[in-house]
Amino acid sequence: MSSFADVDWADVGQACLDTLAMLGGSFVLTIVFGLMLGIALFLTSPGQVWANRSVNLALSLVVNILRSVPFIILLIVMLPVTVALVGTSLGVAGAIPPLVVGAAPFFARLVETALREVDRNTVEAVQAIGATTRDLVFRALLPEALPGLIAAATVTAIALVSFTAMAGVVGAGGLGDLAIRFGYQRFQTDVMIVTVALLLVLVQLLQMLGDRLVRLVTRR
Amino acid sequence: MIRLDKVSRRFGGNAAAAVDDVSLEVARGEVFGVIGRSGAGKSTLIRLLNGLEKPDAGRVEVGGIGVAGLDGAGLRALRRRTGMIFQQFGLLSSCTVAQNVGLPLRIGRIGATEIQRRVAKLLARVGLADQALKYPAQLSGGQKQRVGIARALATAPDILLCDEATSALDPETTRDVLALLGELNRDLGLTIVLITHEMDVVRQVCDRVAVLKSGRIVESGAVADIFLTPRHAETRALLVDTGEQLDADFSHHAGPVVRFTARGLATEQPFLTQAARESGSDIVILAGRIGRLKDEPYRQLTLGLTGGDTDTAVRALGRFGTVAA
Repeated sequence: MSSFADVDWADVGQACLDTLAMLGGSFVLTIVFGLMLGIALFLTSPGQVWANRSVNLALSLVVNILRSVPFIILLIVMLPVTVALVGTSLGVAGAIPPLVVGAAPFFARLVETALREVDRNTVEAVQAIGATTRDLVFRALLPEALPGLIAAATVTAIALVSFTAMAGVVGAGGLGDLAIRFGYQRFQTDVMIVTVALLLVLVQLLQMLGDRLVRLVTRR
Repeated sequence: MIRLDKVSRRFGGNAAAAVDDVSLEVARGEVFGVIGRSGAGKSTLIRLLNGLEKPDAGRVEVGGIGVAGLDGAGLRALRRRTGMIFQQFGLLSSCTVAQNVGLPLRIGRIGATEIQRRVAKLLARVGLADQALKYPAQLSGGQKQRVGIARALATAPDILLCDEATSALDPETTRDVLALLGELNRDLGLTIVLITHEMDVVRQVCDRVAVLKSGRIVESGAVADIFLTPRHAETRALLVDTGEQLDADFSHHAGPVVRFTARGLATEQPFLTQAARESGSDIVILAGRIGRLKDEPYRQLTLGLTGGDTDTAVRALGRFGTVAA
């Protein structure tokens, strides 16, 4: 058997680009929405500046609901919403809304945890110099939590890689789609190996990049 | 400058009040100490002064303004006139020394060049001019507290609140930081409110002190009075912690036992030998402490008198200080 006879390298190249596009687009939006949600979760929790039990419980419930739905189900449930948002449920554009809805609550919880790790004394000291809540968030909480936030973003990016592979099932394209259609359904083991190897390389690179950034911003 | 009127603060439902019906006044330019054991309510008390805690009852006034009535902007304005330093420093570990000190100014939307100028001045003031670009993790505890002080002074406040500011420091660094606080009080006319569990801290810098126990003030007054003639058991207990033997029993001594206290210039006079010469009595020092209250030297000695005319000895001692039985 000539090695990798079934592999259409042009297809693989396109699938790589699709995966990277899905990952990039959904990652940016996940960070934006996840940060907002995570900050809101933190600030409304007991003892914090916006402490509000009912708002906190409501936010927490939404996050828990979204996190408990298996991603493959979320993909299907999201179809009408996706069409309404981006006009199609197919391709890269169609994959991004469910990816963001699936990953943002996950990232939000990690953000909340990272913010909780910020020294309580530091928060109080910054309040004591007359900081607004906005100053507190942007000049103290986020900079202090930055190493934790980058680590959280790394974990989220890697979760998104596996989500993009699943999104392939509902016609999103990308490496996961290739693996399922050729590797699994047509028994082309070589295609499967190539796609999985590429995904592994992607995950490895993301983890290395994340770890390096964390080291770069850690001042403790 | 600061006035508390029947202020109470309790946490949770029927828990004992952290601060219980406290009234006190702090004058402008004064160094006021609040001393008490952990759990006495000191931290809650000091947080009432800049609105980090809200009283359940009573009135807190700073600079003639009621703290309770302030909205968000008013509260922030109050906090900018009221610096605060902490036991654990509360520095941003992600920022350099200069960035930490400049934080109140950045929050105050002051221009970058002006911030740079003022930060340099503040760092020189606390003796850290050469540490501007270091991160807090690279500094010693004493240096971190100096950064905390510089940050607290950045908005040129007229009040400085110190929350156990020296409790995480070794004795020598504590002395340095207290000396710096004393300088700031003298040079800038800064009003300082300081809470601590250490009588030595009070002795070194405070003008007046209140003793807090279970949220209540049990004794307050000039540091010299509290220190030399403590009345409440709690105050005496806090003094014993510093190695004072206030209640030692000398009833086994043959002659009269008196407590002699001299302050200021009298401390350098030959009171013992004069009293002995004039009365013909022998004088033995049974216990005593010698030191300084802020800048004033004091001697407080428990003396045993035997032989001669002990009444004359007591009168002679009375010329140099106070004598109590």
